[in-house]
Amino acid sequence: MRYLMQKVVFFLVSLWAAMTLNFVLPRMLPGNPALAMFAKFQGQLNPEALRALKLEFGFSNQPVWLQYLNYLKNMLTLHWGLSYTYFPTPVLTVIEHSLPWTLGLVGITTLIAVVLGTILGIYIAWRRNGILDTTLPVSTMFLQAMPYFWTGTLLLFLFAFRYHWFPLGHAYSPNVMPGWNTPFVMSVLRHSILPAITIFLGSASGWIIGMRNNMINTLGEDYVVFAEAKGVSNWRLMTRYAARNAILPQITSFALAMGLIVSGSILTEEVFSYPGIGFQLTNAVLSQDLPLIQSAFLIIAVAVLLVNILVDFLYIRLDPRVGTRGGVK
Amino acid sequence: MPKEQAVLDVEDVSIAYESSQGSVKAVTDVFLKLMPGGILGLVGESGSGKSTLASGIMHLLKGSAHLVSGHIRVNGQDVYAMDPKLLRKFRWDRMSMVFQSAMTVLNPVMTIEEQMADIFLAHRPRMSKGEIQDRSRSLLNMVHIADKHAKSYPHELSGGMKQRIVIAMALALEPDLVIMDEPTTALDVVVQRSILDQIKALQKERRFSVLFISHDFSLVAEIASTVAVMYAGKIVEVSESQGLTQNDLHHHPYTVGLMRAIPRLTHEDVEIEGIAGNPPNLVELPSGCAYHPRCPLATTICENISPELQAVQRRLIACHYFDPKMRGEFSHVF
Repeated sequence: MRYLMQKVVFFLVSLWAAMTLNFVLPRMLPGNPALAMFAKFQGQLNPEALRALKLEFGFSNQPVWLQYLNYLKNMLTLHWGLSYTYFPTPVLTVIEHSLPWTLGLVGITTLIAVVLGTILGIYIAWRRNGILDTTLPVSTMFLQAMPYFWTGTLLLFLFAFRYHWFPLGHAYSPNVMPGWNTPFVMSVLRHSILPAITIFLGSASGWIIGMRNNMINTLGEDYVVFAEAKGVSNWRLMTRYAARNAILPQITSFALAMGLIVSGSILTEEVFSYPGIGFQLTNAVLSQDLPLIQSAFLIIAVAVLLVNILVDFLYIRLDPRVGTRGGVK
Repeated sequence: MPKEQAVLDVEDVSIAYESSQGSVKAVTDVFLKLMPGGILGLVGESGSGKSTLASGIMHLLKGSAHLVSGHIRVNGQDVYAMDPKLLRKFRWDRMSMVFQSAMTVLNPVMTIEEQMADIFLAHRPRMSKGEIQDRSRSLLNMVHIADKHAKSYPHELSGGMKQRIVIAMALALEPDLVIMDEPTTALDVVVQRSILDQIKALQKERRFSVLFISHDFSLVAEIASTVAVMYAGKIVEVSESQGLTQNDLHHHPYTVGLMRAIPRLTHEDVEIEGIAGNPPNLVELPSGCAYHPRCPLATTICENISPELQAVQRRLIACHYFDPKMRGEFSHVF
């Protein structure tokens, strides 16, 4: 229980730190988003409307600490303000419309990469020096060495621009009605394949090689040899004794990799004009859309922290040595 | 009268590792025989090939290690002639092994109970869950581990408890042969004593045969009826453990050295002698008798010709010194 409490406290502190940074950093950016914003409406707004807008956006001459407290309160109560770019759409709505795309694309692809990579890693370590073991790590490493945006652009050029097998961008075709109907779902799938491949190629190798190495180390452990001597079947030896232990570091890497996965997806979404949160974030940064930047960063930070705490909880279930006795005394 | 069949028959076995410098023999031309109910001790320094021989008998050689020649028979069955499926059934059922490192042979993410159950799941598929549980508990009780520890994970137990659990696991299927590879080395003397006593008691009660491997000569001499001394992959002496004293000169010089290295707390002036020099590098074994660079009796013949085991007063000793034909060579000692 103490372990859980520690993790929850850590989560809250990191969340607070992320929110505070999120408050400080945009205010340190060069240029003044307020001026840029109001310049857009020059001559069209009367002073009252301008004042009302200022209030609406939360620009005030209050002391910074008061602004900070207000900011914290607004963030926690989901009053995230209006987007400048999509004025007068609330930021929350923009995020509601973009987050599911990112979760769908990046989340599912990452999950596939982790699961598939781990299984392949287990297999090639078990069949060490087999054909797959000699080819797979090298070839996937080659693909992973290419940056996301480069792989993305290459795929886009070849399979969308040259051969027209896949669409050039966006999440679905403008000719279909969004909703749970077959044409829409098919369109979404078609649009997601290239970005999904990009993300998969960019991350699979890490999972395969990581798992392979863990597995090879574990296979050399005394308890695996002992289990073999006991007569445990090959399948059980591979899963319950070797993979079961080898997967633990893999889960830690997953938590650590979360940040990379998110940043990688920003590039991928940009290349494929995929309307996810990364795409919105890039737009927001370009147009100094302060509320949207803040909110997008917050969402990303919360996502990374949430995955980390989930992994911590998962770890307790998976490794009896964690948590029960508090580890090192 | 039919001759009683040996539980373990190691016949002319050589085991080698492949290395970048070529094939390295860790075990060379070893003969061993263990009769039912007997305890055979195997002593030698680190790196003398004891554990390799143990893994070889279990057909569990890892990495580049492999059987070069010879036969290993357990209950008359050639361990290396079995197909993998039969071997898996045979191993642990008829021969089991207490590994050197009890600290690391238990899977850290499974409870003791689950790991014991795996033995029965693999070998006694007809046993019900309840029977398996009862049997596991009684095995644990046999080595004085309380039932409540059955649900523990290895990290929650002490080293001595883990070692006793591993011994219980080795005896789970009542095998005929139990190889104990340094079963008490990692433990402090008090725990070592209690485990040794338990092994002795269990052996007396169940009459399984034991190949007891250790670098501790006094330990082996105490528990085993016959002691085989191994040096650089070769058996250099086989003798009965009864009456082993350092004053008896009818031993291989290496055995004498080992016996002299035992501290004697009961004696007035405690004088411990080590054996000068280091165990040989198996890659570049000395010519002739591998022990000659460290041997106080060594002479020219020892540098050139490797001695064979031969009977010397109810013992087998591989040393030119005891060969009547070689007497002349050792005039300097007589």
